[in-house]
Amino acid sequence: MLKNYFKIAIAVLKRRKFFTFISLFGISFTLATLLVLTSFLDKVINDEYPDAKRSRSIYVTGIEERGKGTRSSSALSLGYVNKYILHMKTPAAIAFHSMQIGTNAYHNGKKISVNYKFVNSVFWDIMEFDFLQGKPFSAQQVNSLDKVAVISQDLSDAYFGIGEPAVGKYLEVGNDKYRISGVVKNVPATAYMLNGDMYIPYTLSQDNPNEQTYFGSWNAVLLARSKSDMPLIQKEYEDIIARLPHSDKRFTKTLSNADEYLDAYMRAGNQDGKSKTWIYTALGIFVFLIVLLPVVNLVNINITRIMERSSEIAVRKAFGATANTLVYQFIVENIILTLLGGLFGLLLAQFFLWILNGAALLTNVHLTLNLTVLFTGLLICLIFGFLSGVYPAWRMSRFPIIKALKA
Amino acid sequence: MIKLQNIEKVYRTDTIETLALNGINLHVAKGEFLSIMGPSGCGKSTLLNIMGLLDEPSNGQLHIDGHTVTKLSDKELAGFRNKRLGFIFQSYHLINDLNVLDNVELPLLYRKVNAKERRRLATAALEKVGLSNRLRHFPTQLSGGQKQRVAIARAIVGEPEIILADEPTGNLDSAMGNEVMDILIQLNQQDKTTIVMVTHDEQMARKTHRLVRLFDGAQVQ
Repeated sequence: MLKNYFKIAIAVLKRRKFFTFISLFGISFTLATLLVLTSFLDKVINDEYPDAKRSRSIYVTGIEERGKGTRSSSALSLGYVNKYILHMKTPAAIAFHSMQIGTNAYHNGKKISVNYKFVNSVFWDIMEFDFLQGKPFSAQQVNSLDKVAVISQDLSDAYFGIGEPAVGKYLEVGNDKYRISGVVKNVPATAYMLNGDMYIPYTLSQDNPNEQTYFGSWNAVLLARSKSDMPLIQKEYEDIIARLPHSDKRFTKTLSNADEYLDAYMRAGNQDGKSKTWIYTALGIFVFLIVLLPVVNLVNINITRIMERSSEIAVRKAFGATANTLVYQFIVENIILTLLGGLFGLLLAQFFLWILNGAALLTNVHLTLNLTVLFTGLLICLIFGFLSGVYPAWRMSRFPIIKALKA
Repeated sequence: MIKLQNIEKVYRTDTIETLALNGINLHVAKGEFLSIMGPSGCGKSTLLNIMGLLDEPSNGQLHIDGHTVTKLSDKELAGFRNKRLGFIFQSYHLINDLNVLDNVELPLLYRKVNAKERRRLATAALEKVGLSNRLRHFPTQLSGGQKQRVAIARAIVGEPEIILADEPTGNLDSAMGNEVMDILIQLNQQDKTTIVMVTHDEQMARKTHRLVRLFDGAQVQ
């Protein structure tokens, strides 16, 4: 029976080439867009370089204080990290790092843009950077304020030459010279909390570890012993926030969250959680609309084709097809159409990604159609086929036989 | 075999009510070849459609082989049509996207018959109507007479007890019409298939066992 449906589906596609083109173009273009989007999301969610222990990591990215008519919000101060976070008991390890700071380096008269981060030595234990040369700096080097640095492959290539050894050499940034301790594989821009061109000991920062303000430019990563320990860490942090004295008399409420990766990624500085909801909602609406348009288009085209196929419907009914059998047939046909559109969509998505990767819009981000994306694409095709087939199929199946025979 | 009791069919619109069939009482015996004649719009096809369970009567009872079929569900009706009835239409109603063999197989798709058996039965039905050399042709590649023979093969492939033919020779010239009629007579005589045929052609009607005439929705002969 499926073979019969397949033959019919292909014949129907061939019959009205313009309609077929519109349908397939709508499906393939939408799918390609969704596939590019899912490829990006896949990169954000599933690319665990360098935080491979992401599944048992907790991220504290900011703090917010509110009072009557006033609100202050930013990343954490080094003093806050030092006084409240480093004393937490439940995490197995605590890393902290500053946000990116931009500066320039000059080499052979060439200006090189450098984004650097201050980090503690535990940062290298929690993160699993891929060292192409050398090794991370040690706790001892951090404590003794050694001017050492771990740099990205891109910076190494730009400053020392492509493929040239960099470890032990010096890199001059601003007015300081740093001895290169290691070179790591580039971190994609999508890992915005962790990426940088250069990582140096936090003790070289101008920030005072005993400062009283809560507001600064630091983030913390708390590693749990196991996934089951994560709620304990979150609870301990909630308790810290509940007891935290306000940094100024103006403030009456303090908000700060210990988040899992995706929540921290989505929070984007807003501690009351609304931005996360907005992002999820906006993404949901975007995907819904982008799927809805071709579905409506397909429903429309399918309904237009009802009259064309009225004789076939009537004959099938006359010879024993039930309404449900016809619904099944038309859904199968539609799924065949959408799978075909999906195949074109995959090719189109591959083409879009090739353009995007070539344009290097996002640093060190190479988007690919991996298995997750392919599986998502297949699922989207099936949902497409089902959604755009159900209503026309239902209408077709209830078409009175006599009316259909006379049409 | 087919028993119609006081069958009425009324078509209603917002402003007008048309009585298409008015108190039809008819009994078609098993193995009978009955023809129905009458002027255009007299209700012949409506009557045939009601007998074929393609349309519902507004009033009255329809019994086929002892079953009251006026209250069956969509699924039951579909099953009944599939196993017991075969249809032949004036304009053939073949599916142009399928080849001859696939068209003839169609009724068997809705039974639990495997592909090999379907192929065998469809080929046999096409041999019966003299079209075994056109299995892979598409309907658009056939003449009117050949199309109607494919339609007959489709109607008989499931070996139904009853064939309902709505002006099967209406679109054919006399030679082709006679060919089709000969096949129907052969089916009736050899396989004892009950046939009810609507026709405008007096000559064709005379070849059947009995003729029923309708006028303005009522039986006049």
